[in-house]
Amino acid sequence: MYAIEVNNLAKSYGRVQALDGVSFAVRRGELFGLIGPDGAGKTTLFRLLTTLLLPDGGEAKVDGLDVVKDYLAIRSRVGYMPGRFSLYPDLSVEENLGFFAALFGVGVEESYDLVEPIYKQIAPFRTRRAGKLSGGMKQKLALSCALIHRPSVLFLDEPTTGVDAVSRCEFWDMLAGLKQRGITILVSTPYMDEASRCDRIALCNEGHILGIDTPTGIVGQFRSPLYAIRSRRTFALLEAARRQQGVVQCYPFGESHHLVVDDTFDKEQFVRALSDFEDLHIEPATPTIEDVFIKLMKR
Amino acid sequence: MSDVVISVRELTKRFGDFTAVDRISFDVRRGEIFGFLGANGAGKTTAMRMLCGLSFPTSGSGTVAGYDVMREGEEIKRYIGYMSQRFSLYNDLTVWENINLFAGIYGLSKRETEQRAAELLERLNFSSERNALVGSLPLGWKQKLSFAIATIHRPEVVFLDEPTGGVDPMTRRQFWELIYEAADGGTTIFVTTHYMDEAEYCTRVSIMVDGRVQALDTPARLKQQFAAETMDEVFRTLARGAKRAE
Repeated sequence: MYAIEVNNLAKSYGRVQALDGVSFAVRRGELFGLIGPDGAGKTTLFRLLTTLLLPDGGEAKVDGLDVVKDYLAIRSRVGYMPGRFSLYPDLSVEENLGFFAALFGVGVEESYDLVEPIYKQIAPFRTRRAGKLSGGMKQKLALSCALIHRPSVLFLDEPTTGVDAVSRCEFWDMLAGLKQRGITILVSTPYMDEASRCDRIALCNEGHILGIDTPTGIVGQFRSPLYAIRSRRTFALLEAARRQQGVVQCYPFGESHHLVVDDTFDKEQFVRALSDFEDLHIEPATPTIEDVFIKLMKR
Repeated sequence: MSDVVISVRELTKRFGDFTAVDRISFDVRRGEIFGFLGANGAGKTTAMRMLCGLSFPTSGSGTVAGYDVMREGEEIKRYIGYMSQRFSLYNDLTVWENINLFAGIYGLSKRETEQRAAELLERLNFSSERNALVGSLPLGWKQKLSFAIATIHRPEVVFLDEPTGGVDPMTRRQFWELIYEAADGGTTIFVTTHYMDEAEYCTRVSIMVDGRVQALDTPARLKQQFAAETMDEVFRTLARGAKRAE
């Protein structure tokens, strides 16, 4: 059975179509990532699945329960960490945890084994007000509170946005630990480089899903030849490369530009045509999730 | 004109007995895209505030666009551009009104404003959006407009504070193209970010740990030096040595 099943789900706000007929399913125990920019519909999807919003069309089930009919039953089975910090800033760390446990009618001790690996990192600050914690610590407290009633499905909306690289990496390690305990996790992120930490991912943009697969499977969908080119004259190279025969796209990609080409591309001829870039360097490149995303967006 | 646009030596800022920025020294050359990285709490913001003329150093020395960071904060502000990660244009004003407002703040004449606004709108393909409310534009457009407005007075150097969060990969690349184009035209770019894939776009990158600049080089040489595949690995290796809590 699936932990989450979404069928042709739609939601609009006035004239804005936030979700335009989205379908996917998440297996039990899976760590599933929704990857996409602002405006992709990620938050709307979370709010529909956690029964905080009603869909305009389509249907969805969480833990086998319908998000419209069985909304009350769903609420005690899911944990939700919204994108914006939503704990009580004036309550201390331990008061927040106790409060969320009480809301769900459980004792902190009953679930402590589940939250311990995360909570023990902030336990030295248990009497500090939540509003006074650093970004990384707030995130750990929010995750602890979302777990205190032992949910079977965990929803995490952009948990790593605005968090530095070290804390982001630690956060993904914590999710890997929760997955080992059998919890199904749906997590969203605008950062493509985090996709590799998921079992499967859905690439989302403007209310649509562009593709669903394992991270390696997604990258495997990129079949065009791809090169990395670079020169000290970064901007001039970009413009010149785009004018050459067989070049489908050329875009900045960190230290190099990525060059997507078709069968009419001839590398020797390309190098000759750009001979005034004395330091031109060209080599085959391995596509990344971002290359796939850009390609799927163009369709 | 000098080829060094930002030059600091032993720049230090103390708040009471806490040393937020601890004797940092570096030069940024004209037309460079200089990445300024550090974990939360490493001292990036404090350092950048000193470079923008918003805060005076406790000790050390430095110049930005030829002006002294110790004494000439007001002149510095006039010759730099600044774009913050938090969108800083006025949502309730139109595209043109925002341009006109910021051009006025930077002291451009009416004629200069008209001329640069036309160039800017043309360059961004925004001419048809001239009278649209900024609040109604997609995030990616707002970011491009913010950058264009931050450079409307042709500053020597523009400071970008985490400029490309939250947009799709294509829009993000269009934004980097604008940055490349500005750098190509001789504008110096100073970018702070804690997203390491952005660091890969920079000419050179400095990494701050506990108030000190711990590494400074091109992304390629940093990766080589730390035997790392990505800037993310370089950063994590350095930042894990931090003693200071966030």
